[in-house]
Amino acid sequence: MLLDGALVTMKLAASATILGFIIGTLCAIGRNSRVEWLSNLCACYVEAVRNTPFLVQVFLVFFGLSSLGLTLSAITVSIIALTINVGAYTGEIMRAGINSVHAGQWEAAECLGLSKAQIYWHVVLRPAVERVYPSLTSQFILLMLASSITSQISVSDLTGNANFIQGASFRPMETYLTIGLIYLLLALTMRFVFWLIALVAFPRRRRLGTAL
Amino acid sequence: MTPTFGLIHIQFLLQGAVLTLGLSLCAFIGGGLMGLGIALCRVSANPALRGVSSFYIQMVQGVPLLVIMFAGYFGLPAMGLSVSPLVAAILSMTIWVGAYLGEFWRGSIQAVPKAQWEAAECLALSRLQRMYHVIIPQAVRNATPGTVGFMVQIVKNTSLASAVGFVELTRAGQLINNSTFQPFITFSVVALVYFALCYPLSAISHKLESRLARGMRTV
Repeated sequence: MLLDGALVTMKLAASATILGFIIGTLCAIGRNSRVEWLSNLCACYVEAVRNTPFLVQVFLVFFGLSSLGLTLSAITVSIIALTINVGAYTGEIMRAGINSVHAGQWEAAECLGLSKAQIYWHVVLRPAVERVYPSLTSQFILLMLASSITSQISVSDLTGNANFIQGASFRPMETYLTIGLIYLLLALTMRFVFWLIALVAFPRRRRLGTAL
Repeated sequence: MTPTFGLIHIQFLLQGAVLTLGLSLCAFIGGGLMGLGIALCRVSANPALRGVSSFYIQMVQGVPLLVIMFAGYFGLPAMGLSVSPLVAAILSMTIWVGAYLGEFWRGSIQAVPKAQWEAAECLALSRLQRMYHVIIPQAVRNATPGTVGFMVQIVKNTSLASAVGFVELTRAGQLINNSTFQPFITFSVVALVYFALCYPLSAISHKLESRLARGMRTV
């Protein structure tokens, strides 16, 4: 039963990581855009998410969507809320990465007549991700840990199942120590997976700074 | 008949906000002391102390705060120690904050240039004197913006104390939602109050950071 929960946790973490990375990158690009309202909008999004607790965001999405008449499963709501949350943090990290790309690269790309989208896609994004990769890794691990909060809206993830088990068995300390260990294992596994991805994605083997 | 969201509810939320602030303060003080100890252990010359503190940090950073909270609230009574939600919340927040601040402060201590350590040694200062008079004052300067930024995390994460039944801001919001059935407005107000608590801290942290960066540039 705990393993079922761990699977749900992994599913939540994986989907929110991928979606959140996309949203975060778009948000970072939006914030650097010259269109004023777009960059203001992205800044507001980041600040609003970063200054409110995830638990409240989950409740807002969960109850907010249902009062709009959309009834989604708790898992879908959790993925949406996690994505919104991690998107903002990733946006900040990616912005730092994009800004760290040397201005000469931009100018060179512009001289080659590349469009904005082409510059981002072919020139800027890859070194940007490479540079902030360690921060991204820890952010996504924090996201996996934060997914435990979705147990509060009745998702049966690792924590949710543990709550059920401790209610049925009256052995809370053992239950929570066990899932603590499972979370630890999941975190280590994620670190390992991200390290593998880095090996494939950044073949130049620059020093990444991720201490495994 | 169900009451609608009104002034009395906002008053209730503000009471919760006061408790949120109180819990954050306790967590910061407790976790700060813990973190200082952990950071000093991490840079200690004794390998056993280094090992234990690093193990502690690894453990706590790999486990969600919610699980620590549940372990404290449900686990301790099962072992014969009866704790109130408040005590459980403060205890688990202290453990959690201690690990994160400890690791962060270790970084700031080690970021003090090596020459400073060597110079202090040449002046024949003892280890304690060196830490107290030379290293820590400079480390504090490095660490301040990040620590203020981390306070935002502390305030936000006190919301998890609602899961063990401590009536702070989020729990107050849940209670109001249960009686008014107006979740959207209730949690929007809750989010606004959190924002009002956290945004100044974020802004201060940001300001300190740019001031530090400016100071570094002129050096």
